[in-house]
Amino acid sequence: MIAELGHFALIAALFVALAQAVVPMVGANRRDLALMDFGRYAASAQFLCIAIAFAALTHAYIISDFSVANVFQNSHSKQPLLYKISGVWGNHEGSMLFWVLILALFGFAVAAFGNNLPASLRARALSVQAMIGFGFLVFILLTSNPFERLDPAPLDGRELNPLLQDPGLAFHPPMLYLGYVGFSMAFSFAIAALLEGRVDPAWARWVRPWTLAAWTALTGGIVLGSWWAYYELGWGGWWFWDPVENASFMPWLAGTALLHSAIVVEKRDSLKSWTILLAILTFALSLMGTFLVRSGVLTSVHAFAVDPERGLFILGLMILAVGGSLALFAMRAPVLKSGGLFRPISREGGLVLNNLLLSTACATVFIGTLYPLFLDATTGQKVSVGPPFYNATFVPLMIPLLVLLGVGPLLAWKRADILQALTRLWAAAVLTAIVCLFIWSGDDGKSVGAVVGFGIAAWIVGGVLTEYAERIRLFRISIGASLRRATGLSGSSYGMMLAHLGLAAFITGAVGDTFWGVEAVANARPGDKITLGPYDITFDKMSREPGPNYEAEFATMTVTRDGEPVTRLRPERRIYPVQRMPTTEAAIHTTLARDLYVSVGEGNQADGWAVHAWINPLVPWMWIGALMMVCGGLVSLSDRRLRVGAPKRISGAAPQPVGGD
Amino acid sequence: MTPKRRRLTIVFLGLLMLGSATALVLTAFEDNLVFFYSPTELETKNIGPDRRIRIGGLVEEESVGKQADGVTNTFRVTDLTKSVPVAFKGALPDLFREGQGIIAEGRFVKGVFQASEVLAKHDETYMPREVADALKKSGQWKGQGTE
Repeated sequence: MIAELGHFALIAALFVALAQAVVPMVGANRRDLALMDFGRYAASAQFLCIAIAFAALTHAYIISDFSVANVFQNSHSKQPLLYKISGVWGNHEGSMLFWVLILALFGFAVAAFGNNLPASLRARALSVQAMIGFGFLVFILLTSNPFERLDPAPLDGRELNPLLQDPGLAFHPPMLYLGYVGFSMAFSFAIAALLEGRVDPAWARWVRPWTLAAWTALTGGIVLGSWWAYYELGWGGWWFWDPVENASFMPWLAGTALLHSAIVVEKRDSLKSWTILLAILTFALSLMGTFLVRSGVLTSVHAFAVDPERGLFILGLMILAVGGSLALFAMRAPVLKSGGLFRPISREGGLVLNNLLLSTACATVFIGTLYPLFLDATTGQKVSVGPPFYNATFVPLMIPLLVLLGVGPLLAWKRADILQALTRLWAAAVLTAIVCLFIWSGDDGKSVGAVVGFGIAAWIVGGVLTEYAERIRLFRISIGASLRRATGLSGSSYGMMLAHLGLAAFITGAVGDTFWGVEAVANARPGDKITLGPYDITFDKMSREPGPNYEAEFATMTVTRDGEPVTRLRPERRIYPVQRMPTTEAAIHTTLARDLYVSVGEGNQADGWAVHAWINPLVPWMWIGALMMVCGGLVSLSDRRLRVGAPKRISGAAPQPVGGD
Repeated sequence: MTPKRRRLTIVFLGLLMLGSATALVLTAFEDNLVFFYSPTELETKNIGPDRRIRIGGLVEEESVGKQADGVTNTFRVTDLTKSVPVAFKGALPDLFREGQGIIAEGRFVKGVFQASEVLAKHDETYMPREVADALKKSGQWKGQGTE
């Protein structure tokens, strides 16, 4: 009964979305306030309907109602509650329902908090949002109904894929979708602005918080996925340049560019059509990410069983959305008046370069991801593109971007003096030189890559700190006055600092792991000793223990260094009897300097077990850095000037735009 | 600077980026494209040990063993017409099983495929597309898994 209620609510949502797509748009064209306002009620109603549907599905999962096919396929009565709930979005149908739920949530947020938006802009944005929602609701109802019933109801379910029964992965899809779908706001506002024929700083001020929120969530989602792959798959790696990973990374790159170009629109009333184009492309890449993952057209290490028919539907939706919006862009972009002028060497110029590099990097990832598909379709030749390709294309494009990152924030708006900016960076240059020398002398392998990588991280830290010191006029005025300045700085400045420092920390970790990792593979029985760099790992014993819905096999290993005990590790193998599937749970001992990572493969007493051990230097810094980036996004969001729907800028020099129509 | 000149500068910079990216991509493709072969193709195509390739198919029943060092796994990958011996040092993925579709990446040295990576999937009903196509080509496809 409750499942049918959910199904019914979903159908109701479809019709509400249709009305929301049409009525406010007509209202905006006729300048009819009542019709425009209808969009707000419709957005709330649509959100309510989808929330009911989602709650109904969650309810079916929690009470283990196996007469619902979706629950039967992805849950089991013995599964822990957390994984019963995460099972809701851990499968195709449920995750699509979750997708539209977030989409409707964003629409609702515009309706609820968008009081200060010009009525016609709000109406058009809500209408565009509803068009996307309509497309996906049709998709769900026609090809992926989560409420399908089974008769007779099976006694128990087939269980969620054991690899997904993990706390990191429970929250990975929601975060990722918040990011993907969050970019739909930037998209809807971009389309609405094209229809209105005007983009001004006020527009950018409404779009930026949404973009920032989406970016923050996407960053968190990607990192959770990467972290999960790191500790759950037992391969010791954290990024494989796999198509599915790339699918989420491309919108991130484009979104990062969008985040930066929106600043130029807001502060300098420039780069408007480019920003609109980026907003369209970012969402297009998000749609493509959904398509690639859901359609199974790509061979991926992370692929799950998929249905090509569904892929075609999403592809159709994508072509419609992207084609339509690009056509609109081509028609309307020339109408946008360009505003503030600037010289090539200026903050704006730096941000243009940032955008060019980020989008070019995104393009190389795009080519690497889709070329195999293209070649297969045209010649039937099957190829794959792996990490060496990205190391040769993506990395060289990132290096100038990261070097620029140290300088950019020190450049003045409009026109800047590059020499003067560089002289102000003398401390950063000294820091970089010291770090490079230190790395070069301490590195036995003498790898240039490590020196460059750590040098760049030091340069960014130096640049960020220099900029901060200048802002609070450290050592130029009294410490007390500097402190007062520091507390007076806006949240978005601190957010930017934190995110940039986080990037430096991330690079440190990634470079350390890439160049200094050590691994050992051995076949071991209890009593054997494995040498890994300076560590000795003694395999003490193998023991068994039952879990809630699995059988676990633990290895106990004692790690010593020069005879001194370091830690005891318990890598684990689990067998999930329902799916007859084994999983590896690596044991990781973390310090700030390194991860000691051990996983145990299949084996038995007679033949021994395959033990794979790694020292992953500085990897914890990657997670710390990623966390700093997410926090940077959050701190920036808390900035009063960026608060959703904030009507007026409180400080700042940009010309005050005229709100409303 | 006039808007026109500014636009020209940006367009020029953009073209420069695109040019360098194209150059990077083309050189990277030349060295780093990894081609996929089925066991049957591998037999007919005489591929040298200097080329990194991928092979895929099913793990042949009763072919999985270990070498004397205890960490090198040996098995045969088959498209049910021809099969290739594979050697892989390290821990096999969790879903590696006889009869399961896998993809291995590595080099073909003196009749043995020396794999540096073995990929099985996260989901046991999933069949890698390449493997499915290779089986279809060899006429042994029974329609299990996806497609």
